[in-house]
Amino acid sequence: MERTAVRGRLTWQVATVTSIVRETDAVRTIGLEVPGWAGHRAGQHLDVRLTAEDGYTAERSYSIATADDEPVAITVERLENGEVSPYLTEDLRAGDQLELRGPIGRWFVWDTSDGGPLMLIAGGSGVVPLRAMLRHRRRSGSDVPVRLLYSSRTLADVIYRSELDRYRDGAQVIYTLTREQPPGWTGYSGRVNAAMLAKTAWPAGQHPLTFVCGPTSFVEAVAEKLVGMGYPPGRIKTERFGGT
Amino acid sequence: MSTPISRGFRRLRRPSAGEKGRVPPGQYVTQGFPVLSAGPTPHTPLPEWTFSIRQGGGTLKSWTWQEFQELPAEDVTTDIHCVTRWSKLDTMWRGVSVDTLLGQVDHDTPYVLAFCDGGYTTNLPIRDVTGGQAWVAFGFGGAPLESEHGGPARLLVPHLYFWKSAKWVRGLELLDHDEPGFWETYGYHNYGDPWKEQRYAGD
Repeated sequence: MERTAVRGRLTWQVATVTSIVRETDAVRTIGLEVPGWAGHRAGQHLDVRLTAEDGYTAERSYSIATADDEPVAITVERLENGEVSPYLTEDLRAGDQLELRGPIGRWFVWDTSDGGPLMLIAGGSGVVPLRAMLRHRRRSGSDVPVRLLYSSRTLADVIYRSELDRYRDGAQVIYTLTREQPPGWTGYSGRVNAAMLAKTAWPAGQHPLTFVCGPTSFVEAVAEKLVGMGYPPGRIKTERFGGT
Repeated sequence: MSTPISRGFRRLRRPSAGEKGRVPPGQYVTQGFPVLSAGPTPHTPLPEWTFSIRQGGGTLKSWTWQEFQELPAEDVTTDIHCVTRWSKLDTMWRGVSVDTLLGQVDHDTPYVLAFCDGGYTTNLPIRDVTGGQAWVAFGFGGAPLESEHGGPARLLVPHLYFWKSAKWVRGLELLDHDEPGFWETYGYHNYGDPWKEQRYAGD
């Protein structure tokens, strides 16, 4: 159901860091305790605001990594020359406090009632909101068939790997590694292309609901190929990050 | 509520003299040109492209691509501010002023709804798209506007958050009432003034 009720202003709240999990060299999942959090939907994001000792503030948006019935967590990738992400991934400690507000966005979200089959396609840290959708599906006992096609540079860059490897029961996770593959690699190699999508994505005739998230060039290329396969553009939801 | 201080967090770069007063609160300056889109990029062939002004189910005026190119165009250098927090300064556009377009029809409605390929819409008070504040832009940085950035033509309303500068625009619907557009329906602010940080509904 679309929740269209007019809401009040999203106010800044103080959140306390409960845990920091190392996902890869550059990626951390930050568990947050947010008193009075009104709940969120899989795929939504939140805004973080940091305040320096001299009063300087910086705000950034991050996808929420958890299902709607779980405590809030964000997964952050350290960007070289970034201002906020190096602090969040390297300096932040459990017990620290920061400000946030959310949840934000009602387009790039999936509820079990939206149905499927569900096609999730991620490039790099674009997997974060899609992981929230997978967790929402599992925790709500949904039997909507889902496939995740997840492109990473190397195996060491795969976020949530141990969790993703455990999905069964109608959930299929397919990896492709673009830069380097370990010996005996049985997943796909190279960038997502039309041939890979033809083998891994639901046939267009099944009327899949698709979410694509990743760097702009990745999303642009994947969405265009899906349209070329006959996917109706209105059933492809995209979220992009980074410059071009 | 006292603001928590993040010890060790510090500003990465000082704003240059030329940036002072030009970056709205909560924004940072980027040299790139990020993209915010809800779905696949539409590709309408130019021979099929039109720009229309509609009202009450009828078309008041419509231009083909060729006719549109023959309208007087302006070069516009302006700063743009995306709700996802990047600002880009001194961007260079070429397009037709909305004043020029509306000048060819009789109109007295207080609102417009821009409509686009891909089904996007965005709503604007007419006072925000007139008076030299809005264009239908087809050039960027001296070249044709690329499709992923809204080409062949997008609305340019730089004093509001950039989602109001709707990509792949195909026309304006004149309305006697305000009607939320696409992002405005999905949680974003109805007006979107970056200097008041009107990012989300209720801000």
